[in-house]
Amino acid sequence: MPQRTREGIIMNRHAMPKLNRRAFVVGTATVGAGLALGLDLPFGGPTVVRAADGSPEVNAWVVIRPDDTVVIRIARSEMGQGTLTGLAQLVAEELECDWSKVTTEYPTPGQSVARKRAWGDFSTGGSRGIRASQEYVRKGGATARMMLIQAAANEWNVPVAECTAASSVITHTPSGKTTTYGKVVEAAARLEPPAEVKLKDPKDWKIAGKGLKRLDTPDKTTGKMIYGIDVKLPGMLNAAIKDCPVFGGKLKSFDEAKVANMKGVKKVVRVGDTAVAVVADTWWHAKTALDALPVVWDEGENAKVTSASIANWLAEGLEDAQPAYLGNQNGDAKAAIASAARKVEAVYNYPYQNHAAMEPLNATVLYTADKCEVWCGTQNGEAAFAATLEASGLTADKCEVHKQMLGGGFGRRGQTDYIRQAVAIARQMPGTPIKLLWSREEDMAHGMYHPVTQCKLTGAFDADNNLTALRIRLSGQSILFALRPAALENGKDPAAFQGLNAQGEAAIGYTVPNLLVEHSMRNPHVPPGFWRGVNVNHNAIYLECFMDELANEVGQDPLEFRRKLMTRHPKHLAVLNAVAEKIGWGKPPPKDVYRGIAQHMGYGSYVAGAAEISVTDGNKIKVHRIVAATDPGYAVNPAQIERQVAGSFVYGLSGLFYGGCTVKDGRIVESNFDTYNSMRISEMPKVESIVMPSGGFWGGVGEPTICVAGPAVLNAYFAATGKRIRSVPLKDQNITFA
Amino acid sequence: MANLTINGKQIEIDVEADTPLLWAIRENVGLTGTKYGCGIAQCGACTVHIDGVAMRSCGISVGDAAGKQITTIEGLAGNGAPHKVQLAWIANDVPQCGYCQSGMIMAVAALLKEKPKPTDADIDGAITNICRCGTFQQVREAIHAAANA
Repeated sequence: MPQRTREGIIMNRHAMPKLNRRAFVVGTATVGAGLALGLDLPFGGPTVVRAADGSPEVNAWVVIRPDDTVVIRIARSEMGQGTLTGLAQLVAEELECDWSKVTTEYPTPGQSVARKRAWGDFSTGGSRGIRASQEYVRKGGATARMMLIQAAANEWNVPVAECTAASSVITHTPSGKTTTYGKVVEAAARLEPPAEVKLKDPKDWKIAGKGLKRLDTPDKTTGKMIYGIDVKLPGMLNAAIKDCPVFGGKLKSFDEAKVANMKGVKKVVRVGDTAVAVVADTWWHAKTALDALPVVWDEGENAKVTSASIANWLAEGLEDAQPAYLGNQNGDAKAAIASAARKVEAVYNYPYQNHAAMEPLNATVLYTADKCEVWCGTQNGEAAFAATLEASGLTADKCEVHKQMLGGGFGRRGQTDYIRQAVAIARQMPGTPIKLLWSREEDMAHGMYHPVTQCKLTGAFDADNNLTALRIRLSGQSILFALRPAALENGKDPAAFQGLNAQGEAAIGYTVPNLLVEHSMRNPHVPPGFWRGVNVNHNAIYLECFMDELANEVGQDPLEFRRKLMTRHPKHLAVLNAVAEKIGWGKPPPKDVYRGIAQHMGYGSYVAGAAEISVTDGNKIKVHRIVAATDPGYAVNPAQIERQVAGSFVYGLSGLFYGGCTVKDGRIVESNFDTYNSMRISEMPKVESIVMPSGGFWGGVGEPTICVAGPAVLNAYFAATGKRIRSVPLKDQNITFA
Repeated sequence: MANLTINGKQIEIDVEADTPLLWAIRENVGLTGTKYGCGIAQCGACTVHIDGVAMRSCGISVGDAAGKQITTIEGLAGNGAPHKVQLAWIANDVPQCGYCQSGMIMAVAALLKEKPKPTDADIDGAITNICRCGTFQQVREAIHAAANA
């Protein structure tokens, strides 16, 4: 990507078709089928494929230039989470190349489709960027290394077994002869790839597993990095858009004449059934005219919906008589609760949240009768490509998506609504490049929000204060229902139970003799989406705050109470013990400082957090310190993992303290950062991360830890004040940062 | 028409006097390192220096900025040598997505000019930029590193 920004977007665009690709005509349906194919990734072959500058590919992942520069191709998107650097480390590790000569580039989705998905899945969400592609990118690197060594052995006419490679230099051990990757790459690219490759044991890693610096930092300090919002094309016009503020409502009419003569205005266009856009010479002119444009909406029935009406409907779902999907069950929780010596019950809730990535949504499109090209930040290049095909009505050979750096994603840029809108506008102005940029207000009004849920929890004890039953009844919105209905299981959203499952990558860490976890699905009209952490954000607060309530009920230490229930969950317990030890649990905290603790599992990783806070006037919280532990199985870049952990706490605690999107008259009330605030540096606790990979599995990093900060802080607040907070955001309880 | 002095260069642009400086810089001058985040002077992504003071360019009109020395992220490095804040940012691997970092770096450069050795309290008071990736821990470390460079 450094290459991309230096050469500029126009260069990039014209360079792409040079890539050696076959004439290719497929329809939307074929592409759809192509995207669904299993991975059958080519690792090289006798036909040399060349990059834009003529350098040969050893295989789809590795291009080597004559000067020994190694270009590593990255299919997943970089949005700050460090995947670009981490994946490059994995390829470089197996390639045995000189890390200082590594650069990266994105293959385009169009190239990938034309090459039978040579780069596999582009989707960058669910903390899958590294864990879901680590095996094949490492094979890509290892295969390339073997071909390069073979090429050198052939040239020297020596047995390949006598040759080794390190730091891009190949050595024939008996003779001491050496050569470099750049010198043998032409020959290597013509070799058949080896049938079998053996990947390194991670304990032998020298590049992966190290806290190396990110590859994309310098341009982010000089203003040179190009994000979607920065794309410039010759003759480009700019569009500002307003979609019906009530979700599900429609655009009735607008009075173009009122703004047609305003400075810079070129056109006012209808976008689908629900939105209107002004196209002008500059975005500022477009936005100014849009603000002045008289628009009549058909708001429809949803205009009656409020946060209170949604809350009432969700509360009904907590009642036994209402239908619910079964998520996890052992024993007979209902009977155990009915016969309990004592029981505890509590109801919690978690609100809608907007992603509010710093870069508002945008996409730039050039549409002509036989071509549709899109430049945008996207978390899923292939989804963006499919959306481009669908919205343009053109075939795959006539479409392309050029991925740009993302100014944050957090799940929002995995969706393609903004791309479809931009194509719809560009189709009305063929031949003119159009950049569609949402205002922050539009971004707040048309999110794909963290879903709204409530949860009733019931715990039962026997006469000896042993926990005999736990019942968790969720009521609320399903993301999969709205966005991936095919992933529902007989109507059930399995993701709703994230962190509460019996087993798998999001398993509960406690053994309770009688357990019942259910979800009463209630889907209000507000569109839900995957918001960093997704369902662990609320599930961890519900479970971990309630575990504290249970411990308190029987007068036990919150850590000791949990430990007794965790003996069969050693990995969950290990991260919990790690944070307890580091924060000094059991030893007295500093004066007026109180502690809280929490653990959870999501995305295949085990996470725990312990917070130290102080409280002034009962409602001003200073979070001094959070100790966080994560076991992601393997740690490809521990320094970046630490940054993800600390960063996730800013996102999660911002949502806990300041977030919450209010629904009134069917629309979202909060319109910008003045009403939807985000944590500042003065509110940032010191985060001490413990990265403790135990090996044998690959867990995610970007999301899992986010969920432990909230309950750790809320439990500390109880320790400090004796008051239990069960409703988010805290601003609605008149609680704020000190 | 407006005359602006940006990064030491006089630039004449065809723009209305009430246009926010942010959009004149991005669209009329073509310097895109200065970012749009909120448009209401809340987030700080558009921070530039005006006569050496860090200001949010979305809240200042072109008319008000005329005749003043405007410095954007592209002009922070003097004579080709990176500013010490930029060097500290690279050394401490601060940016994640990086979108807010132009504004963050401009705010920090102005702080260090005023207070060469800021305390944590000085930082808390002066740096109010939003970063949704949450780079604050590295930002603080890098500010101290730059101050001691």
